Amino acid sequence: MAELRLPAPPRRHLLSIADLDRSDVERVLDTAASIAASIDREVKKLPTLRGRTVVNLFYESSTRTLSSFELAAKRLSADTMSLRSSGSSVDKGESLKDTALTLAAYEPDVIVVRHPSIGAPQFVAGLTDAHVVNAGDGKHQHPTQALLDLYAMRGAFGRLEGLHVAIVGDVLHSRVARSLLQALAVVGARATVVGPPTLVPRAIESLGCEVSYDIAAIRAADVVYVLRMQRERMGEAFVPSLREYTALYGITPQRVRDGQVVMHPGPMNRGVEIDPRVADSPGAIITDQVRAGLVVRMAVLYDVLTVAPVAAAVEAGIA
Amino acid sequence: MLVRRTGPSDSLTLEGRVLAPGQGVDEALRITVSDGIITAIEPGGVDGLVLAPAFVDPHVHLRTPGREDEETIASGTAAAAAGGYCAILAMPNTEPVVDSAAVLGALVERARDEAVVPTGFMAAISKGQLGDELTEMAELAEAGAAAFTDDGRPVESAGLMRRALQYSGVTDRRIALHCEEPSLSRGGHVHEGVISAELGIGPYPSTAESIMVERDLSLARAEERPIHLMHLSARESVSALEQANEAGVAATGEVTPHHLVLTDEAVRALDTNTKMNPPLRAAGDREALRDALRRGAITCIATDHAPHARHEKDAPFEEAPFGVTGLETAFAALHTHLVLPGLLSLETLLERMSAGPARAFGLAEPRIEIGARANLVALDLEAEWTVTEDGFRSLSANSWLIGETLRGRVVKTVADGRLVFEHA
Repeated sequence: MAELRLPAPPRRHLLSIADLDRSDVERVLDTAASIAASIDREVKKLPTLRGRTVVNLFYESSTRTLSSFELAAKRLSADTMSLRSSGSSVDKGESLKDTALTLAAYEPDVIVVRHPSIGAPQFVAGLTDAHVVNAGDGKHQHPTQALLDLYAMRGAFGRLEGLHVAIVGDVLHSRVARSLLQALAVVGARATVVGPPTLVPRAIESLGCEVSYDIAAIRAADVVYVLRMQRERMGEAFVPSLREYTALYGITPQRVRDGQVVMHPGPMNRGVEIDPRVADSPGAIITDQVRAGLVVRMAVLYDVLTVAPVAAAVEAGIA
Repeated sequence: MLVRRTGPSDSLTLEGRVLAPGQGVDEALRITVSDGIITAIEPGGVDGLVLAPAFVDPHVHLRTPGREDEETIASGTAAAAAGGYCAILAMPNTEPVVDSAAVLGALVERARDEAVVPTGFMAAISKGQLGDELTEMAELAEAGAAAFTDDGRPVESAGLMRRALQYSGVTDRRIALHCEEPSLSRGGHVHEGVISAELGIGPYPSTAESIMVERDLSLARAEERPIHLMHLSARESVSALEQANEAGVAATGEVTPHHLVLTDEAVRALDTNTKMNPPLRAAGDREALRDALRRGAITCIATDHAPHARHEKDAPFEEAPFGVTGLETAFAALHTHLVLPGLLSLETLLERMSAGPARAFGLAEPRIEIGARANLVALDLEAEWTVTEDGFRSLSANSWLIGETLRGRVVKTVADGRLVFEHA
């Protein structure tokens, strides 16, 4: 058979919220909504990505994100496999480059990457022909988390534009916060960052948010988005003690007003950044976020795999 | 202090616009070099080239001994020749560290065979660069150490820094300092500012540098000893240096081409060839550095040429090592980005790349005069060329300029009376 030389279709990745515009975000959220509707109505599994291969390459431990991506791929009938590394690539001796090239030899359609270093997904995207989805890189980005958070907010309020979201806690070390701040700006929502000065990065206002060191600032918000307070930060003297952090910034029933929605990306430290009474209150939509994670990740896999390449394939006459 | 390769000198004639800012010369001349010595300077025809005193780079990593896969004396000095340099100073943070007369002696021997341009080897301030004990400075100076530095890391202890300044009085060699307060820079990969906030990369604040600059200037003042401050990046450091100079401290400073041209905005693309220590800083810092260079508050341009193996730079940003190459691009990059847009005069650029660094380290200034050994660079200011990965004489290609088209090219370099580079 003669070798067929076609122009390479444009590859799509999801590396950073910064690469998306409002229509991209809305398209993914709408796709997620229609997937949710069809899953509710019919069977749980859709044939959409039959014959496609999705590889999860996880260099950091993660239960919820990895299981969510695995299930999302399976629900779309894709073949999926997951590679986990307990430590970093350097500890293992094989460089990320070699691991990526090894995986690429299997010609996966999508590689989902989680890595402790910023830019690792972009690095993998440069080495392989696969579509790359960033499942968290260092303290940089966690774009599917931001999209699922928007989806959950849209579900709770019916809109995103004009919503006011207070993000509380360790913003400095949080890729969730960075992605969400960018995503909120894209959809026209307002954001206020609240936390101790040592955990709010200097110049974070450049992402289009307001900053307060006073927990009272959350009262004006529609959504209180609580970040996980990582215990290991204590040793680095970012705050004097968890006790003092909780006293100043813990989300207690007294600090939340009626009608406010409370969110948390998980896993929660109950009694530290969030009082259990708040976590279990009707205002908390934390399990909605987990459900949103599944349909949004299905929508993301669908989006990177189908939208542009299919159009290109149709033009090339091979679809 | 400079090690010269053994062998014969050259005879040649060069014509062009002779521009020797330190000597007040700017006219079309013909220079005759006989057996390495300038023997005649006469009115002559102009063939479109600028002839200037060749450059001196006070900050080069030759990676030898230990990482000869990244650079050798031969390759690094060939790169220097291609960049228009007639002398370079090599850093001692090698494997092993240049902290004994034995290690230094072996380098000097190799350089006599391999060094394309005269090379000075700096020795460490502290044994193993560990910051605990002083090296045997007198013996090292005797063995040919050009200066002392723990470059790559700071002298963390103020007490040891003070002793180093005091003890260095037994030699006439300079102390050159990499200013970094580790408790402020730890975990830092980029300047603390908008980019570190947006990207979530560990911040390396300006104060991590300026606090050490201020400490070392205070010590230099108290001990009445000269110091040289390497690769300054922050405006706070520049103002501390100026204030100290006004107070009579004999301190000099250097700045790199990358800190003069780029800001931390360049890091956005996560190209590991924009990762260096100290990091690229904000536009205000870059402006302060340019201004200090113009006014002479900073008198030296240093490349901090830091070769790295491809496989080490070919990694995610935070895992990649700090440092970029610069010997072969320094003049063209600064001519393109500072001289052509009118931000710096050509005369000042030439002075800060040649006489400035020579003076700071007590080396002979390259001069264009009868009877002097020829140290000349011929420059074609109109030539355009594109920086490519395979176009370097350096064994490493971790340049921040790859793919960029620059204007201005080194056409010939005469170092210590030898034609060491000629553009094909």
